[in-house]
Parts: sequence; structure tokens; C-alpha cells
Amino acid sequence: MLQIRLHGRGGQGVVTAAEMLSLAAFLEGHFAQAFPSFGSERTGAPVVAYARIGEGEIRTHEPIQNPDVVIVQDKTLLGSVDVFGGLNPQGYAIINSKDPAEKVVPELVKMLPEGHVFTVPATDFAMQKIGKPLPGAPMLASLAAATDILKLESVQKSFQSRYPGKIGDANAETAALAYNYIKDSKKGGSNA
Amino acid sequence: MLRQIEGSLGVAQAVALCRPGVVCAYPISPQTHIVENVGKFVKTGALKDCDFLNVESEFSAISVAIGSAAGGCRTYTATASQGLLYMAEGIYSASGLGLPIVMTVASRAIGGPINIWNDHSDSLSQRDSGWLQLFCESNQDAVDTHIMAFKIAEKVGLPVMVCMDGFVLTHAFERLDIPSQEQIDEFLPPYEPREYLTTKEPVSIGAMVGPEAFTEVRFLQQRKMAKALKVIEEVTAEYRKLTGSKSGGLLECYNCENADLKLIIMGSTVGTAKDEIDRLKKEGINVGIISLKSFRPFPYEAMRQAIGDTKQVICLERAFSFGGRGIICPEVKRAMEGTNCDIKTAVCGLGGRAIYGTTINAMVKHALAGKFTEEFTWFDVDSNVLNSYTKNAEGVTFPEGPLGASQLEASVKHA
Repeated sequence: MLQIRLHGRGGQGVVTAAEMLSLAAFLEGHFAQAFPSFGSERTGAPVVAYARIGEGEIRTHEPIQNPDVVIVQDKTLLGSVDVFGGLNPQGYAIINSKDPAEKVVPELVKMLPEGHVFTVPATDFAMQKIGKPLPGAPMLASLAAATDILKLESVQKSFQSRYPGKIGDANAETAALAYNYIKDSKKGGSNA
Repeated sequence: MLRQIEGSLGVAQAVALCRPGVVCAYPISPQTHIVENVGKFVKTGALKDCDFLNVESEFSAISVAIGSAAGGCRTYTATASQGLLYMAEGIYSASGLGLPIVMTVASRAIGGPINIWNDHSDSLSQRDSGWLQLFCESNQDAVDTHIMAFKIAEKVGLPVMVCMDGFVLTHAFERLDIPSQEQIDEFLPPYEPREYLTTKEPVSIGAMVGPEAFTEVRFLQQRKMAKALKVIEEVTAEYRKLTGSKSGGLLECYNCENADLKLIIMGSTVGTAKDEIDRLKKEGINVGIISLKSFRPFPYEAMRQAIGDTKQVICLERAFSFGGRGIICPEVKRAMEGTNCDIKTAVCGLGGRAIYGTTINAMVKHALAGKFTEEFTWFDVDSNVLNSYTKNAEGVTFPEGPLGASQLEASVKHA
């Protein structure tokens, strides 16, 4: 079972991203589960959501303490919340930032295996296509590109089924930008 | 049909499949998404011949539900926490009148202090209300149990609370198998009340009953509860056969054969505990889980059989009785009267404190080491938080780890 923890701030679609992640996994025939950390939701407040992907029924309902993947939708959390707490030493981290991982989280880059920490300018991509700072779709597409646990098409389809029409399509386009960005950086391209 | 949806939407779909004639509700977290979705189904025409009533309070919600059920209409509502308490007067009327209302309780702590998170203090506060109380261990269980609840309520002639853990289940996106309308139409025919209020043949119900017959009315109400035990089993068997589901029942055993210890758990913690019990098995530790589904009526006989000759039982309780002790444990003790089974309460998971697999692991090890020496233990209490108050205020400090009731009592003597 793969356990994913998503960090962001209220209003950034963190909970929706976790739900769409579970839907994308479901569309590929996996068992999946997503749930928010339940708090008094306020715009801008730190928010955590969780997702699990497995090949059998997911019975547990405990919050994820030892994630295999951490997704950080807002890099201003890095100094204030222990977003990487309990992260599997063989796990992955994906951070929403224009700057390279070595600059944003140098210690994490040293701690995790090579090529397991990624940054992606997800908010910029979202502004280009959606016109709003909603980095959920590009962050999930980055996860798909970084780990190959999901196809880009499944991520796109999950947003398009939740938001049929323009908004879903814009999310799908944003996802493609991020997917290609990470694939390119994995090949050692200009984004590396 | 398999779908990846929020538990609340799954329950709303289950309710819609049952073709209720009236749905009334007042929003309160974490129940809100359920009734919002049912409201959408009514508005879009997906749920036909149903009146959705927005009311101005929970008291009105239960009042409308009583009126519509007394009028012979299949009726649904939902609430949680303080909202359930605000209904309390009507809740007793509904059961006393034998009205087969189905109500979701998206279980949540009761304030004050304000706490919106999950425990069982709200549902268990209505233990003696005369409603059936069915607890759900997963969202699939919740979907199926809601459908069964209508049939059970109508067969028994009593209202049913379907208790599902607030947020933990209501807000979780999971794979759900939603039965088809054809299946449910076959399972649950249109509601045909034996008697109901109509202007054509006016009658009154719930009139005053004096001392000469009140005891007998209560006796007959209790008799319905006894009937409910059988009906729950029958309806569960019928539903499982029709859908292939594993949901419902009075209680469910997991890994119970030759278990050295059994945990009795209600609600979503069961799934977390099952995973941990599987891990413990690899260490050679054999622990069974009894998932208690029907808290009211309490299945004493089924519980006795489920415990069998196991000598040690821990009731994981997510609510307790102030000035008393556990709520589940005394029932289990009654079930096991005359045996030498050791039955204890471990209170944990209050007000949303997460119960992890590690919590279950620690509980099992604590039990097998013989450390549950008292009937009631505060299992996941944080002594640092306690001491931050009691040390300055009274010069009292508590040690780390689980605290027995006697430690609490002794701390008062020394104060």
C-alpha cells in the first residue's frame, strides 16, 4: 500500500487534490482512499489531506504518520510545519516551487535517494491555464511523472469528471504541463 | 456499481434508493454533506416523489419526521452531536409512538468545550431512547446498513439510528459498491403502514397513558426490541444474499478462533484494528476483534457466543459515563455473567484523538502483560497536558502512560 500525505493551505484545493488522487487510482482499477485532516477550515490555514492506494480493500482509517510520498502545495509551510515528518527514507517528495530542490530543501535532497525530491512551478502552471492559484492537478501530475504510480490521463480524467467543461479541461492542461516538466527534469533536461 | 465517492454521498445514494417520501434536516457538521446530496437528488428529480424540507432547527427536523412518519410516509433525517441533543424530546416520542424513522447520526463529540471531532458520546447519550442503534465500521457498511435500516425499522415498528463515525467515514473518499435501484426495489417494497394519520378516518396517537397501563406500554416496547434482534439477523441475511455484501448483522467476529484476547470495538476503528491484528499475528500474537454493530438492542446472547471461552476481553470505548465507568463494558459483563471472563474498558479516541494501529498494538500488549488491572483505564491520556494544569493548580502530577480509574481517584484524595 502506498501512503501519500498532502500539505497546503486552506483554499488551495488540498482536500480536493487528495480526493482526485484517489479517483485517479480508482480509474486505474486500484483500491484507494482519501480523507482530510479534520479541522476548522479557514482560508490560508495549514491543511493536511491523506490518500492511500492499494491492491486490496483499504480497511484502516488512521491518519498517515509514515507517508511514502509527501506533496507540498505551498512552500511557505516548509519553515512552520513538519511536512516531511515520518517520511519513508526511500520515499518521494514533491514541492510546489520554481526553485530547484537543492535550493528549497537541501537537507531532504541529501536524505532521500537521488531523484526522489522534485520541485515544480505548479502555481505558475495553474495561473497560465486555470487563471487561479489552484496547484492540485499539476501536483498530482507531478506525482504521476515522478513515480509512475499513475498515468497522466487518469489524473486528467479525475478532474474532468469532477469539473466537466472548461474548468476540468483547464486542470487537465495544467496537469500536462507539470507532467512534462517533471519527465523532462528526470531525463536531465533543462528543468533538472 | 463501483464508485469512488465520499462516504456522505454514498449514504445519500443509499437513502435515495430506499425512496423516502419525506427527508427533513437541519445542517450540522459532519452530517451536512449527506442531506445536501439528498436535497440535490430531490431537486434534480433523481429522487422522485420525495418532499425535502429545510427546517430551522433539529427540533423541527425530528418534529417533521414524527409528523410525516405518523402520516404513513417513509421518512429520513440526519444529525450529529448537539443537534441530536436538541432533538432529544422528539426522539423519545418517535420511539414511543413506534414510528419507523431512519436517522443518520454522524457521530461527533458533545461540547462543551466545543469539539467538532468524532467520538461516540452523542449517539450513546441516546442509549435509552428506545431507538435501535446500528454502528457502521466502514462506508460500505454505512451504505448497506442504511438500506437495511428502513426494512428493519418498518418490520419492527421502531425508529433506527444509523451511527457512522463523523469525518472519519462521512468525509472519506472510498470505493463503494452501490446497489442498483432494481435490487433495492426488490428488497424494500413501498412502505405500507398498519395505521397512520389521515383526515379521512381521524384518529389520535400518543394520547395519555396513566399508571394503569404505562408499564405495559413499556413492556411491549421492550418486546419490540427483542423482536428487533431477530429482524436484524433476518434482514441482514436477506440483504447479503441479494447483494453479496458482508455488511450489517448484530456483531461480526474477526480472527476470533482460539484468540487469547478479544477486543470489542464499534465503528471505524474496527478497520484500523483489523490491520494491526494481522501484523500482530505475524508476531505470534492471536487477537480477535468483535465489531459490535447493534448496540441497541444489545445482542447479549450473540456476544456470549462471540466471546466463547476467551478469558480476556477489552472494550475499546469512545465515550464513558461521567461519575460512572464505561458504557459498553457493563453490557458485556452482563452477557458473560457467571463466567470467569475478565472484561475491562479502555477509553480512547475522545473528541477526535486519532486511534492508530500503534494504539491498538499498545493496547494488546498492555492487556497481554496483565496491566489492565482495573475495570476502567484512560488508555491514550496525555499526562503532559494534564500536568500542565494540575501541577500548578493543585500540585498533582500524573505519570506517563495509561491511567487507571484509581489513579484519578487517588489524585483527588491527595489534593
